[in-house]
Amino acid sequence: MNKKLRKNVKNILFYLFVIVFVGIIVLPFIWQFLTSLKPMSEISAIPAKWIPSKINVQFYFNVFQKHPFAKYLINSLVVATCTTFLSILIGASAAYALGRLRFKGKKFMMMAILSISMFPTIATLSPIYLLLKQLNLLNTYAGLVIPYITFALPLSIWLLTNFFSQLPRGFEEAAAIDGCSRIGTFFRIMLPLIKPAIFSVALIVFINAWNEYIYALTFMTDDMMRTVPVGIAMFPSNYEMPWGDMAAASVIVTVPLIVMVLIFQKKIIAGLTTGGIKE
Amino acid sequence: MKKKKFNSLERTESRTAWIMMAPALIVLAVVAVYPILRTFWLSFHQMQLTDPGSGYPFIGLKNYIDIFRDSRALESIGFTLKFTVTTVVFELLIGFTAALIMNKAFKGRGIVRAAILIPWAIPTSVSALMWKFIYNDQYGLFNDILYKLGVIDSYKAWLSTADGSFMALVITDIWKTAPYMALLILAGLQMISESLYESAKIDGANAVQRLLFVTLPNVKSTVMVALLFRTLDAFRVFDLVSVMTGGANKTESVSLYAYNNLMKFLDFGYGSAMAVMIFVIVFIISLLYMRAMGDQLSE
Repeated sequence: MNKKLRKNVKNILFYLFVIVFVGIIVLPFIWQFLTSLKPMSEISAIPAKWIPSKINVQFYFNVFQKHPFAKYLINSLVVATCTTFLSILIGASAAYALGRLRFKGKKFMMMAILSISMFPTIATLSPIYLLLKQLNLLNTYAGLVIPYITFALPLSIWLLTNFFSQLPRGFEEAAAIDGCSRIGTFFRIMLPLIKPAIFSVALIVFINAWNEYIYALTFMTDDMMRTVPVGIAMFPSNYEMPWGDMAAASVIVTVPLIVMVLIFQKKIIAGLTTGGIKE
Repeated sequence: MKKKKFNSLERTESRTAWIMMAPALIVLAVVAVYPILRTFWLSFHQMQLTDPGSGYPFIGLKNYIDIFRDSRALESIGFTLKFTVTTVVFELLIGFTAALIMNKAFKGRGIVRAAILIPWAIPTSVSALMWKFIYNDQYGLFNDILYKLGVIDSYKAWLSTADGSFMALVITDIWKTAPYMALLILAGLQMISESLYESAKIDGANAVQRLLFVTLPNVKSTVMVALLFRTLDAFRVFDLVSVMTGGANKTESVSLYAYNNLMKFLDFGYGSAMAVMIFVIVFIISLLYMRAMGDQLSE
């Protein structure tokens, strides 16, 4: 009886912790969502008013009418998609070599790639800016995809290498017996095997590229070429803080991400946790 | 004879490896290695974009010496170090505690994991704006909640003092990354085999001993890797500060000050020297961590 009671108390405490933990995480989102639906007067109510007295969707219209937000979304989508596609295309074969082939200098190459992925963005900003300016690539998609490769490619290689090295050894020997070359094995056997992992990596690289701020701020100065993170940050003017518009815009950006995370959480976690941990 | 054949096989394998890596290596050399070398080069020159007539002369280490004479630069370094240490310590403590508590099967685990991923997945600039509104001096949620709980007796303008701004930035950063830290550590905890705990129990180890002698040593490498990435991220902080405070009230991070030198004052020489300094500090932090980790990181 006493033991059962203790177990119950322990359970209640546990769920209390989980609820508080998740509550703190989601509270800002809930507040932002409620704010985006409030009438103007209730946003600046003192003390703060939680539940709007009536639903106001004006801010959602503002986001698209007062700002080129649809263009921001398209820009982010194009840049993040191209970055992801290119870095996996170029990175997959390198990751295969690092994950499964034996050669001298492998450890050094792994370290070099890891170091490049740790480059502070700011450290490459000035030369890339001068280069893009010279090539007339500022305010173009290519002008943002190229610098994004600096972090997306090492990240893709690093994550994919870990996935490749987890595959059992037997596959290649079987393929070799069937007369398949190493490169043939890579395309015909390894790539199809690693498809789910590629998807995990693509999700993570996409989210990283979608969220990037410094390069986008520096290389896309034309308002029509801005990406979402920079575009939203530029909403405030010298005269006003459009809290309602910003809340609505954040909801528009966050909801697809929440949906994506809910659907793909297992894949994202598989990708994230394989990166750092040695198995 | 047999050995020779093996050697040639090895050589083909090695050649195949380099061929397969070639495209990636060439691309990385162009987009990452060349720019970083060029930043070093720029940092030794006087290069004001507003003054192209100067011919951008070589000035040796002058830009670096200037950093140590520039009180704004020194303040930004001080702020960044303080921010890095504070956030990383709190994120580790919160992340580790949360991971330990949640390291068991329970109902609703999927939802919890998804919730944990959301702050990580949204752009930092968006979370900075969200929290900026929460800290608003008049109609922000932060004042509202603290006032109702009786923690403060009047509404505070958090973002207009140095201490308030620092706290606001730290809380926002912890909110965004402590859950992610918990997730990584949780993954590490789940790889510890149950049998280790069982045998420790049989040997009469209590809960604290099991934590100290089974859990900690086995999760150490996971935690070190997570710490390394977090330290580097925190030291490079830019988006959060730029959007939330703009560097006001003594919250200018080194990256933000370097950015201002480059893109606002168009002083590419001095800005590049600051960028190199950040690069070198990041490099030293990585080396220290890697030494502490030994060979756990790579094969």
